[in-house]
Amino acid sequence: MSSIITVEHVGKRYRIGESQASYSTLRESLVHAISSPFRKFRKNNEQSQFVWAVEDVSFEVEAGGVVGIIGRNGAGKSTLLKMLSRVTEPTTGRIQLYGRVGSLLEVGTGFHPELTGRENITLNGVILGMGRKEVRRKFDEIVSFAEVERFIDTPVKHYSSGMYLRLAFSVAAHLEPEILMVDEVLAVGDARFQRKCLDKMQDVGKQGHTVLFVSHSMAAITRLCPRAILLDKGRVLCDGPSHQVASTYLNSGLGITAAHEWPDIDKAPGDEIVRLHHVRVRNENGEVTEALDIRKPIAIEMEFEVLKGGYELAPNYHFFDERGVCIFVAGDNDPAWLNRPRPKGRFVSTAWIPGNLLAEGTMIVGAAVTTVEPEIVHFFERDAVAFQVIDNMDGDSARGQYSGHFPGVVRPVLNWDTRYTAEQCETVADAAPR
Amino acid sequence: MLPNAKSRNAETGEHSFPLPSRPLVTIEPSKSLAALNLRELWSHRELLYFLTLRDIKVRYKQTLLGAAWAILQPVFMMVVFSLFFGRLGAVSSNGIPYPLFALAGLVPWTFFANAVTTSANSLVGSSNLITKVYFPRLLVPAGAVAAGLVDLIVAFLPLFGAMLYYKVGLTLNILMLPVLILLTTLFALAVGTWMSALNVKYRDVRFALPFVIQIWLFVSSVIVPSTALPEKWRWILSLNPMSAIIESYRSALLGLPFDWQMLGIATTITLVALAYSAFSFHRVEKTFADII
Repeated sequence: MSSIITVEHVGKRYRIGESQASYSTLRESLVHAISSPFRKFRKNNEQSQFVWAVEDVSFEVEAGGVVGIIGRNGAGKSTLLKMLSRVTEPTTGRIQLYGRVGSLLEVGTGFHPELTGRENITLNGVILGMGRKEVRRKFDEIVSFAEVERFIDTPVKHYSSGMYLRLAFSVAAHLEPEILMVDEVLAVGDARFQRKCLDKMQDVGKQGHTVLFVSHSMAAITRLCPRAILLDKGRVLCDGPSHQVASTYLNSGLGITAAHEWPDIDKAPGDEIVRLHHVRVRNENGEVTEALDIRKPIAIEMEFEVLKGGYELAPNYHFFDERGVCIFVAGDNDPAWLNRPRPKGRFVSTAWIPGNLLAEGTMIVGAAVTTVEPEIVHFFERDAVAFQVIDNMDGDSARGQYSGHFPGVVRPVLNWDTRYTAEQCETVADAAPR
Repeated sequence: MLPNAKSRNAETGEHSFPLPSRPLVTIEPSKSLAALNLRELWSHRELLYFLTLRDIKVRYKQTLLGAAWAILQPVFMMVVFSLFFGRLGAVSSNGIPYPLFALAGLVPWTFFANAVTTSANSLVGSSNLITKVYFPRLLVPAGAVAAGLVDLIVAFLPLFGAMLYYKVGLTLNILMLPVLILLTTLFALAVGTWMSALNVKYRDVRFALPFVIQIWLFVSSVIVPSTALPEKWRWILSLNPMSAIIESYRSALLGLPFDWQMLGIATTITLVALAYSAFSFHRVEKTFADII
């Protein structure tokens, strides 16, 4: 048997409200005990007070496998990882681990702000399951990976948050358990260090360690993990090669993907005049894809059938971000069909979004065809397609060399112009060489 | 992208790790009567050492007087008690100068009270650790108790000073001191561990405990010797191990005779309390991460 992790029908049940009222007081328990002994422990009510955060999850991981676990917030990823790392106990099922586990549910677990970097490295290392000797052996490596040599004897409360995170990750990254479990830790820190962390984890994977990696970051998952498990509402929705799972994720997350087709024209969005056939997102090379390079143009294509000629039609797209904020609306302004009634037949309208316009993130596209005069909305498919704008951080996007948090819904590359004036005294000296 | 596990194995020809035939860890919903896992505790002894070290290092950080607090606490109490009970109350102290009598009781008492208080709050204070990483949770309250031992050792300095001042010499009774320290530690561990687990679920502990400790002080022969009580009521005191323990500290330090019967009862109660505490702690520790 080559599985290093076997998970069989594991479930975790929580009481609803437990997270809000995280602790009960003695008074509540007393009141409860006094008020409820005759209600037979309120059996019926209790059923409805529970929620399954993880339900009937089974999978196996081969030794040396690198598996990503993805899912939306509340899908049960973290709960699953907590059970695997023994922080919390499953309500049902069984997990068997055939190796030493190092879990990293948070960077800096057990760091004490008053202690120095040196002291925290040892403490944190031991907490995470390294032996004292092991920590001592790797000490220099940990410090140099974290790039905090100068501050190693300073209490970590004086560290910048970046230094703190680097040190914390560095300790964890030097754990060498057979099974490494990592949760979202890469969501923090600047991107240059994130990359370093990813590379380090990749090394860990290459050395034959088994890695379980939980993340929202599809990019990190597809880069790190050949295999991914998609969780939804506590259950395994999909388990397979990560690129397949990634597209299922986009699918399940929003019910939409980069391509959406309505093969049955009678059920397609539209009216007796126009019916939608499909909407697609393509990259510069014409490939249909969800993941698009921030620097490259993006094509949004819709095909619709005009059933009744003679109308002036204006195809248009509405772009929304993840929170549902409308970023912009684009109407067809192709001079060939502007103010010109369209005959019966199939039309394909493509709008090109220039490169370096949208910010990183998910973009949801609504597709519509309207007649302007008199105003008729023939159809408006609100969530027709979706795509991800991705910055590979090669340094030539609007980020430049900066890799930290970069807010905003658009991210154009602007032309900058610099005027230089030398210091006043020099100017005087230059100007008056008598 | 990484080569997947299979192809990598094909490259290297074998696993880097030979897999054990039986799982190292099986995680299941536990039966309610699971025994304390001593082997696991032992394998985490280094962690206990470092948690204790952390508590010691951190305790007096950013204080002006630092470890002097370990001395000042019992000494101030001694002064106050000497004034109110020794002078004004004229409490009998079996022929020992009252300040010395009080200090010999206050030094172990301060250790016990601080150890119980810090360990009772230790789990709640380590919630970030408990929700993020697995280790035997017992180590947290145990570390808090162990860290108090350093203060105890320091606090013996003024006590020995007072003995010099009052010209009380050491006797062979002092050999019992390590045993008594161990007994106090175990009892503090029993109470502190139990309280810490209770505190996770019922934060009332945080408010009730100072009050309980205060009352406890009055019935632990710290202020008044147990002999002040009529003979027929003295057995009630034997139910409180701290009373016999404190009296025994005086015997050990000041060369008074031991009350072996009382000490025996105290030891028995301590061991029973410790077993109960460890058992009930183990029963609830797996829920800590969910309710803390």
